[in-house]
Amino acid sequence: MASGASGLAAGYSREQLATFVWVGQGMLAVILLWGWTELADRIRTGEVVSDLLRPVHPVVNYLAADLGRAGYALLTRFLPPVLVGLLLFDVYLPKRWYTGPLFVLSLALALVICFGCRYLVNLTAYWLYDIRGPMMFWTLSSGVLAGLYFPLRFLPDWVYVPLWLATPFPSLLQTPLDVLVERDTANVQVGMVGIQLVWAGLILVACWLVQRRAERRLVVQGG
Amino acid sequence: MADLVTPRTRPYRALLRAQTRSQASYRTSFVIDLVSNVGVVALDVLAVLVLFRVTGTLGGFDLRETTVMVGLSAFAFATADLTVGNIERIRQYVRTGLLDAVLVRPLGALPQLLLMDVPLRKVSRSLFGLAVLVAALAYAGIEWTPGRVALVVVAPLAGVVFFGSIFVAAATVAFWWIESGEVGSAFTYGGREFTAYPITVYSGWFRTIFAYGLGFAFVSYYPALALLGRADPLGLPDWVGWVSPAAAVVAATVAAIAWRIGIRHYRSTGS
Repeated sequence: MASGASGLAAGYSREQLATFVWVGQGMLAVILLWGWTELADRIRTGEVVSDLLRPVHPVVNYLAADLGRAGYALLTRFLPPVLVGLLLFDVYLPKRWYTGPLFVLSLALALVICFGCRYLVNLTAYWLYDIRGPMMFWTLSSGVLAGLYFPLRFLPDWVYVPLWLATPFPSLLQTPLDVLVERDTANVQVGMVGIQLVWAGLILVACWLVQRRAERRLVVQGG
Repeated sequence: MADLVTPRTRPYRALLRAQTRSQASYRTSFVIDLVSNVGVVALDVLAVLVLFRVTGTLGGFDLRETTVMVGLSAFAFATADLTVGNIERIRQYVRTGLLDAVLVRPLGALPQLLLMDVPLRKVSRSLFGLAVLVAALAYAGIEWTPGRVALVVVAPLAGVVFFGSIFVAAATVAFWWIESGEVGSAFTYGGREFTAYPITVYSGWFRTIFAYGLGFAFVSYYPALALLGRADPLGLPDWVGWVSPAAAVVAATVAAIAWRIGIRHYRSTGS
């Protein structure tokens, strides 16, 4: 949408930006950045106890359910905006043969990372009961730091690079979209997905650790 | 407006008072909500500033001119969201049968639904939107004339009415199609995004439909042109900016008709 005299803005062409915006809108519902409080609600009401009695680890249990939800959202919420973009705008279509599969992998990793972040925010309910504070922090920071409001490459490099390496946020939206519009060289494109892989692992481990602490706390409280 | 304090409006005022009391009872939560709602608008403004970091002009307009549109859009949407926005929950009302309860009371259905759940936490968003608008107007260095003073008062209010109409019209979809999902949001929130930028950045069918077909161009773009004294690059005459608030009247009429047809069409879910 925004483009300077050269037709380029921060390394994106007009077509690449159009793809970035429309696919980004579609991804929003797939990774479900906002509005998931199911686990926190169950912790508050005590229903979470029945989750803990199941033979499946709660993180695995909830992740599986979330993957199913995302699959459905892919059909109902991802395709419409992408089709609208395709029909009404000059959008950029990938030129490298492997970009398609790589984007699918990147999207799946973004979903896992997003799920993990949401799960951690919800877990604070074990300590706080009302997760309004953490939820607000997550809602405000995730949108702007993931690249929803503007492509993060519009920021100076000294802001963007630390953000991208040291926080999981750009891996939620910015990375899959950069992969799709082929903004970088092939090596960087694959490397960005590698960073996502690291973050997905770290976040899931964090979920598992915090879950264990929370369960111990539950036992202390007497169930 | 004169009949605000009459016996007829007493039940509505009671509803609003009860809302205020219940929502302010958990003070910390309420304050957190107020703060986070300011954050949402602040991020929208930040996004525009970042866009201008990488590009000198946006659709032929500089930052000074664009902020006026951003201000008009932010205030209009936030205020409509505060007063009418919760009508988008009509899906839940239809599903749970609450709408049936509302319909059998001897009060208007729409005012009741709006007052039953006023999101007071969004007051901060509306006020911040107003602050953005005032700052933008000061920064733009507008040459004030009596006409422009009138327009600067009327245009934001017309924007509120316009977005409110969009909210109501989008909500009526639920009468026919309970699981209407995000169809309405595409027009309410999509409209907010659309009005935050000069319409010259869009093109083709998309611009025609959203700007003129649905009338979003008359919320911020044309009033801003009239305030700034700029000719429309798209070639519409200068007087369009002055009459653009009339688009709100048209929108409100259409929304009211749609709502009436919807209510008449409504068959309870039986729950």
